[in-house]
Amino acid sequence: MSEASPAKAYGLHLGVIALLFVLSFLLPEYYHGLLARIMVLAVFAMGYNMLFGYVGLLSLGHAMFFGAGLYGAGLAIIQLGWSVPAAFAAGLCCGAVLSLVIGLLALRTTGVAFMIVTMMFAQVFYLAILYFAAWTGGDQGMVVPQPARVLAFGATSLDLTDPTVRYMAALGLFSLVLLMTLAIVRSRYGRVLVAVRENEERTKMLGYDTFSNKLAAVVVSGTICAASGAAYALLFGYVGSSFASVQYSILPLLWVLLGGAATTLGPLIGTLFMYYVIDVTSGYTSAYLLIVGIALILLVLFFPKGILGTIRQRWLGWLP
Amino acid sequence: MHFGPHLLLATLEGLVTSAVLALTALGLSLVFGVMRVVNVAHGEFFMLGAVLAWAITSAIGGHPALGFLAALVIAPLIVGAIALVAERLVLRRLDYNPEATIVATIGMLYIIQQLALTFYGPEARPVEPPFSYRIVLPWFGYSGYKLSIIAASALLLIATWLVLTRTRIGLIMRATQYDSETTQAFGIPVGRVYGGVFALGAMLAAIAAVLIVPISQAHYLMGQDPLLLSFIVIIIGGLGSLRGTVVAAVLIGLSDGIVSMFFSPTLAKIIATLLVAMVLVFRPQGLFGTASR
Repeated sequence: MSEASPAKAYGLHLGVIALLFVLSFLLPEYYHGLLARIMVLAVFAMGYNMLFGYVGLLSLGHAMFFGAGLYGAGLAIIQLGWSVPAAFAAGLCCGAVLSLVIGLLALRTTGVAFMIVTMMFAQVFYLAILYFAAWTGGDQGMVVPQPARVLAFGATSLDLTDPTVRYMAALGLFSLVLLMTLAIVRSRYGRVLVAVRENEERTKMLGYDTFSNKLAAVVVSGTICAASGAAYALLFGYVGSSFASVQYSILPLLWVLLGGAATTLGPLIGTLFMYYVIDVTSGYTSAYLLIVGIALILLVLFFPKGILGTIRQRWLGWLP
Repeated sequence: MHFGPHLLLATLEGLVTSAVLALTALGLSLVFGVMRVVNVAHGEFFMLGAVLAWAITSAIGGHPALGFLAALVIAPLIVGAIALVAERLVLRRLDYNPEATIVATIGMLYIIQQLALTFYGPEARPVEPPFSYRIVLPWFGYSGYKLSIIAASALLLIATWLVLTRTRIGLIMRATQYDSETTQAFGIPVGRVYGGVFALGAMLAAIAAVLIVPISQAHYLMGQDPLLLSFIVIIIGGLGSLRGTVVAAVLIGLSDGIVSMFFSPTLAKIIATLLVAMVLVFRPQGLFGTASR
């Protein structure tokens, strides 16, 4: 990875954010809503990328962190009647605590065992949602009522169900997380994470405490995913158990692989591209999982670095 | 019924589950042991076996035993061929990298599942058992076919054990498991061994499915529970150990049968999954395995 001038990297990212801002006024209604959803899910993918791309830990259970944010915020607002900011904070806290506990346990294992352990914890989380159906609504899920999704600042109020407000809220969260990951990746801490990915033993020998660095990465990754889940509950108003199922652990992996692991903009591109492909093919066939399966196999076979990873390798070495 | 007969019934049901589970998990365990590949699509090979059994029995007709025997031979062969093609086309090109193969087998899982949904449909379809003899016990009657599943599975397990320990093929497989590079240096075509083991693993799952399909039903989502249970079995039994796999399968099958008769199945699944995750975290070699190399 060659050294980039900070101006170039930050300029590119601010440019992408500005482009998304302008698109809000240009896109037709259907794509406007779709892009808002994609930005929220891209935050999920960025959280996943934090752990998979930079630390090299392949988790098959990130749906539980997304679900923790989703249900943390959703239950707080529906069952406890909290306000929107308090519910969002509750979602974040649930994600942070859950990822701390899971990290402490799962990081004792490595490689294949790590994947299976994370998958099993996520399965327990998913089954627990079904088991406590009295509060969570089971596999039916819950709808967050429209009046509860209004942000009030004294006299003025923002209705999160309004398309423009929703788009701007999604963009705000997306921009915040994007710039945050960029800052983390360029910091000393980010370098240590990459060192752990490349050679954990050597990093340990150089005097770094790899366990606590990895644990911090799991917590950061889990909290970002929870932020995405909480935002999903508040912006789109649906809290369902399918978002905690295995499939939602596989999807961020697919998005990150497609866009390019260990690239800051890869998760957005992967999510955007995959959503677009599914949107187009759903006109011809309902079997969109078939597309997901074929995409996964083709990616690992021929394109292991993903779109941005390949571009970085061939042409733009400075890409963060 | 009193508690005693109730428990006996639960135990019998648990033994049937164990028998099928042992075969399925053995396939997964062989593939992991020899190739170091975690085959997430294993449950889908199980499902394919059941779906093909339905297709074959309904195509042949006549006496149910005829169709069933044909299915027992043909379905595993077809599933093995599919697995072999998948191994040649995908896994070998990935050089059996553990993480890449997991992603690729997840892809296979989705592809097989969707194709089954497209061509077989969302219905659950029954297969007629080859014979319907009822054994009458003092408290309840029990299906003779279910008991024959246990016997068939035991025979197959013994046969696999004999092949692994007494034949040249088994020796080659064990050598590849122990040290594939040295085996290659001795002139063994390791690539072909991998292909054969992957096909064999899928075939074991398919046989298990053909055996169970007359008492459950063929459905395109039926591969998910066996996959999770097989994972649990090979983790408890120690990855890549045949004896551990069988012991763990009996343990899990029995406790699954007994626990789900007295408690809510979802709660039973939650506790089992959590316990197994903890085993993997704190005792990664399994309860019966020895420390890994």
